[in-house]
Amino acid sequence: MEGKKLSIGWFSFTCCEDSTILFTELLNEHFDEWKKVIDFRHVKALKTKNSLENLDVAFIEGAVSSKKQEDGVKKIRQNAKYVVAIGSCACTGMPSGSRNEFAKSEINEKIEWYMKHFDYSDKVRKLEDVIKVDDRVNGCPMNVPVFMNILDKYLKRFSIS
Amino acid sequence: MHNGDITIDNITKVEGTAGLEVKVGNGTVKDLKFIIKDYRRFYTEAVKGKPFIAAPSFLSRICGTCSVAHLFAAIEAIEKSQGIKNTEQTMLLRRLAYNGLMIRDHALHLYFFILPDVLNIDSILDIPEDRDNLGHTLLHDSFDIKKIGSDITNVVIGAAIHAPFPTPGGFLQLPDSSKFPDLISRLEKIRPQVLRGIETFFTWDKSLKRNSDYLCLRNDKDYNFIEGSIINSQGKRVPEEKFHDFMKSVVIPYSQAEGYVFSDVYEDYLVGALARMNFNKDLLNKRTKKDAEKYLEIFPSNNIYHNNLAQAIEILQCVEDSLDILKNIEIKSETPIRKPPQAGIGVGVVEAPRGILYHKAQINDKGIIEDYDVIVPTSQNQINIENDLKKYFNENIEKDKDVLRLEAEKIIRAYDPCMSCATNFLKINWTLL
Repeated sequence: MEGKKLSIGWFSFTCCEDSTILFTELLNEHFDEWKKVIDFRHVKALKTKNSLENLDVAFIEGAVSSKKQEDGVKKIRQNAKYVVAIGSCACTGMPSGSRNEFAKSEINEKIEWYMKHFDYSDKVRKLEDVIKVDDRVNGCPMNVPVFMNILDKYLKRFSIS
Repeated sequence: MHNGDITIDNITKVEGTAGLEVKVGNGTVKDLKFIIKDYRRFYTEAVKGKPFIAAPSFLSRICGTCSVAHLFAAIEAIEKSQGIKNTEQTMLLRRLAYNGLMIRDHALHLYFFILPDVLNIDSILDIPEDRDNLGHTLLHDSFDIKKIGSDITNVVIGAAIHAPFPTPGGFLQLPDSSKFPDLISRLEKIRPQVLRGIETFFTWDKSLKRNSDYLCLRNDKDYNFIEGSIINSQGKRVPEEKFHDFMKSVVIPYSQAEGYVFSDVYEDYLVGALARMNFNKDLLNKRTKKDAEKYLEIFPSNNIYHNNLAQAIEILQCVEDSLDILKNIEIKSETPIRKPPQAGIGVGVVEAPRGILYHKAQINDKGIIEDYDVIVPTSQNQINIENDLKKYFNENIEKDKDVLRLEAEKIIRAYDPCMSCATNFLKINWTLL
């Protein structure tokens, strides 16, 4: 009988998705091993049939740029026992939040058009400005040894081996 | 026959976020919107005021998967603005690193995103753990192929993503050539795996044909992703510096990314591996030409699914070209070429994995970025994607909604779009649709 697996979700918000790419690179070495212990319940980069329900750990990459994204990360938080911020944009808001530093003179008519036409929030925020974050993997892209340690920590926490 | 809407909120197995909305009435498509949803990060504004030396590393953050393409296009634009001519070694090492990018990026797209479509499954996660299963073999091939691509970039430019070694005028650190024999040995070893992939995408019998125009770089000497001038299907040829004049940006009110059309005839066009293979197959490495002979007969093609096959052949091209470089290069000690800053404008155009990428830098006499402009491939393909989808839906509207959704995603995926890239730029002359 198949044992309990760690149910994870991997999500991207405003960023370049470099950590997602790095995550897919980690599968080169770890695919067979991780498939035995991880239930990839919501990974848009890998599958179409995704589910948010009962996630043990949600890994969230990217900063939060809008109300819609704010609602999105809150929904993930409600469905996940733990949330890990992945990469610089999720952990610090930068560099995706560069517009937070723009002087008023730099907000030209084209920037203004996009800001008004879509639901941009006034400021780009890091993840923990919006939801509770349990762990962080800094780096641009994420620091791989730190990510591996955190993954290992949650596998142990849920008694999965 | 359907009436009403067909919606895909989140297209999966692509880079970034995009959706599709189709309105159907009386058996025809009344409206179709391919919607790029990633929020803009305004990099071209944010880079202003930075010293040019810091700009390439910053701008590589536009995209995770093709960060090397942005890095090299930015470096080229800055070098041209400063009148810097690189050494032969610098250009050869950049070419080698770029091969690594192409191998890794194409393999991710072909095996992680497209292979499930070929196998009629949802995900690589559904491939059985059976060594005799072709899907299992191909997936494990992909791990080796992706890894060698990443390792070439790790060795030559310090990382596969946001690489630290390249700089205007050369390299901050040269590669350790003691690592080359291992790369050579592994490149030789993956050749049969790459050929198995080509056969797979060749035999996948999918077709969507439309009379698109194509654009790509060509240099008449070799199959080159970094140097050349831009050609189109009518034989029109423009230097990199004139690329911006060649097309017009179009604001698509429901999409976070502009689209592009030709500035003279206002028609859509396609960039990417299909365009490159259509125009440049005569320039491929001779071993690639020999080993891929029967597959190359397909090109030129106007079947969008052959973009996948073209990428698979490009992996072989990059393997062979990397082997040629690694076997022959002798690394000499060099430091980056540095000059006092000068005021100037420079353009860098490269072939990113998914098509032409344009960077333009305007720099003042203090070496500070005053203005910056970027045109990315997925923005250029956006209108072409929409028009392909309109053709598909109009010809297949009697089919089940789930089939239509599934097939629409396959068409979009064939373009290998990157939404993260597509939403960062502001163009000067824009037209509201």
